[in-house]
Amino acid sequence: MSATDKPKNPEKHCTYLPSEKKSSKPFHNTPNLDELEKGPWPSFVTGLKRLAMQDKFGNMMVDLLGQLEHSYKTRLGYWKGGTVSVFGYGGGIIPRFTELMGTDGKPMFPESKEFHTIRVQPPAGNHYSTKMLRQLSDSWDKHGSGLIAFHGQTGNIMFIGTTTQNVQTFFDEINEYGWDLGGAGPCVRTGMSCIGAARCEQSNCDEQKIHRLLVNNFMDDMHRPALPYKFKFKVSGCPNDCMNSIQRSDFAVIGTWRDDMKVDQAEVKKYVADKGRKYIVDNVVSRCPTKALSLNDDDTLAVDNRNCVRCMHCINVMTKALSPGDDKGVTILLGGKRTLKIGDTMGTVLVPFMKLESDDDYEALKELAETIIDFWAENALEHERTGETIERIGLVNFLEGIGIEPDPNMISSARQSSYVRMDDWDAEAEKWKARKAG
Amino acid sequence: MAETPRHPIESGVPDAFQYMHPVFLNNYGAWSYHERLRPGVLMHVAKSGDKVWTVRFGTQRQLGPYEINLLCDIADEFGEGYVHFTIRSNMEIMVTDEAKVEPLIKAIEDAGYPVGGTGPSVTMISHTQGWLHCDIPGTDASGVVKALMDELYEEYTNETMPNRVHITTSCCQINCGGQGDIAINVQHTKPPKINHDLVANACERPSVVARCPVAAIRPAMVNGKPSLEVDEKKCICCGACFPPCPPMQINDSEFTKLAIWIGGKHSNARSKPMFHKLVAAGIPNNAPRWPEVAEIVKNILAVYKKDAQDWERIGDWVERIGWPRFFELTELPFTKFHIDNWRGARNSLNASAHIRF
Repeated sequence: MSATDKPKNPEKHCTYLPSEKKSSKPFHNTPNLDELEKGPWPSFVTGLKRLAMQDKFGNMMVDLLGQLEHSYKTRLGYWKGGTVSVFGYGGGIIPRFTELMGTDGKPMFPESKEFHTIRVQPPAGNHYSTKMLRQLSDSWDKHGSGLIAFHGQTGNIMFIGTTTQNVQTFFDEINEYGWDLGGAGPCVRTGMSCIGAARCEQSNCDEQKIHRLLVNNFMDDMHRPALPYKFKFKVSGCPNDCMNSIQRSDFAVIGTWRDDMKVDQAEVKKYVADKGRKYIVDNVVSRCPTKALSLNDDDTLAVDNRNCVRCMHCINVMTKALSPGDDKGVTILLGGKRTLKIGDTMGTVLVPFMKLESDDDYEALKELAETIIDFWAENALEHERTGETIERIGLVNFLEGIGIEPDPNMISSARQSSYVRMDDWDAEAEKWKARKAG
Repeated sequence: MAETPRHPIESGVPDAFQYMHPVFLNNYGAWSYHERLRPGVLMHVAKSGDKVWTVRFGTQRQLGPYEINLLCDIADEFGEGYVHFTIRSNMEIMVTDEAKVEPLIKAIEDAGYPVGGTGPSVTMISHTQGWLHCDIPGTDASGVVKALMDELYEEYTNETMPNRVHITTSCCQINCGGQGDIAINVQHTKPPKINHDLVANACERPSVVARCPVAAIRPAMVNGKPSLEVDEKKCICCGACFPPCPPMQINDSEFTKLAIWIGGKHSNARSKPMFHKLVAAGIPNNAPRWPEVAEIVKNILAVYKKDAQDWERIGDWVERIGWPRFFELTELPFTKFHIDNWRGARNSLNASAHIRF
């Protein structure tokens, strides 16, 4: 059943509107938005109208709908930023003031003239008990519009729409029961981690622990923005990278393993018997990017583990037969970001493998993040992400700045240009030999 | 005497163990395998033998107390009191008894929410804030997503694509929606219109000059006031100057257009992660339903569905068949704008005799 089918119980359905409108301000005419109440997908417009019918903050949402309809008509946005924060913090709030003024210079939609968003950090892995979800919703219903987005693109819970005055009261209430603001502006931003070890057999690390360890170590840098620009941590438990960390974070932590992947040959045989040889050759063996797989004559699978790059494809297809190995750890990549200003950059490998078992291992991870942020904060231009700093100064200079030695896993090909001064080649080669000798 | 302000507790990221389903807690880091039983339903089996069924469904993402309580009621009555959100804002309810799966699906569908979004489906579109809340939006976000998901409803509730399809939308060229198999992004087509009366007071001019990716902005005196001017021949109309300097208005009701990009992929599966690439532009910002966008997206999906092999993401598929074939099959025009000229662009040119005929 979709949103447009006749509901069995209209009071328990996404199209429900209460019979009584408790807010005093009449609805504006919203012919454009009304179009978005049609169709099978649940409509956010119906949701906004429901909020506009409530008593407290209802008038705010009536005017919010008015301004949004105006945007749909003129195809322009009408919000501007400003300065709103909570006591003790410098960031975490996205202030919004209307720019839509009538000929008298007064706001056309005065009830929603202040419509701020509060960014709150979600629990690692985005788990909620219904009890906690209702409690957060009740608090927001008391202090704001009631509208919440789970979650924004950086990962925050976004509590959308309240006045300057209510920002503090709402924050005070939820902060008392365990919720803290996220980042906004040039600061360490809210992190993200996948569901990982909680539900996924492909998890190679304790995603939640890493997420909390890294982000919680930088609360001062999150709440009091003073860095060159934003800095994001994201944690994915395997190279499927469900958190999009390589492309969307400065510091990507990706679970991996360095021993042999595990093959349950009995399950492989069952899979071949079920799907057929052609299927497994076309969809598993020939899709391996490094030709590390081959189907044996007895329908078992041969794996060239030295050439497996841990891409995850075969494990994704044959979830029961194949799985990651036991010697687990993480790969760390640095410098992913989207367009502004130099164009997209992906994260590049900084640490090919790091074991994360002992307290010392975790401490080393934390220290690495501290060293990177310190070096970047000291050397970056204003509004320059880590990926852009690396682009500007070169990876080698960045590595020297943070005290990490070059590693062939950092490149996809060796240097092609001869325009480089190499008179200390022998010394560098000796360093490599010394490192290899341990 | 004024009341002493309350000091914040800098608690940071909440510990999720207190909010997660007990079956997750009991089997943390000890799962064995999973299966997809039908679109929208996953079954995970732990090494202990414990099993959990997850039912995934789509929402309007922006939820109010009515929806939250409605969905929590379902999670309490038909589920076991716990929910999880995916990165693409799908909601999930977990049960540890297979007999509860069908009644849970029915309860979710009876409330008007679509069950699906797993495996080779078109899952929920990741999106931004748009006109609802952003200070620099060229278009809306929730509205574009609602209009598109209406069109792609069947693709959400079924698993008939060659592989998963992640669609994203972004309401300016900063592209907060992120990389996607199909990305629908604002593309401005005219330089900013500058309100010279306001620049001196509203903008930190050196920062604005520094923000321009092509060095097209320089300080200038205009009508006796310190302002900024744009070399319109150099300007690439990206809008990067607009956030730090709102008097440099980039949005326009006519000249702010939409562009469609394809083949972005975050996963390392098979190929390395890929950025999305331009396929169509000049698409009108046609609120409230953006029909021209929907038409192109549906066409690309139909061709992909027909031509791609199992497990090929859109980017994998185009790498195999080549870009000339992509434009031939989709009948989208190929223009000079598809040939990149940004830094590193030569790496995207065909420096070989590899041609498909």
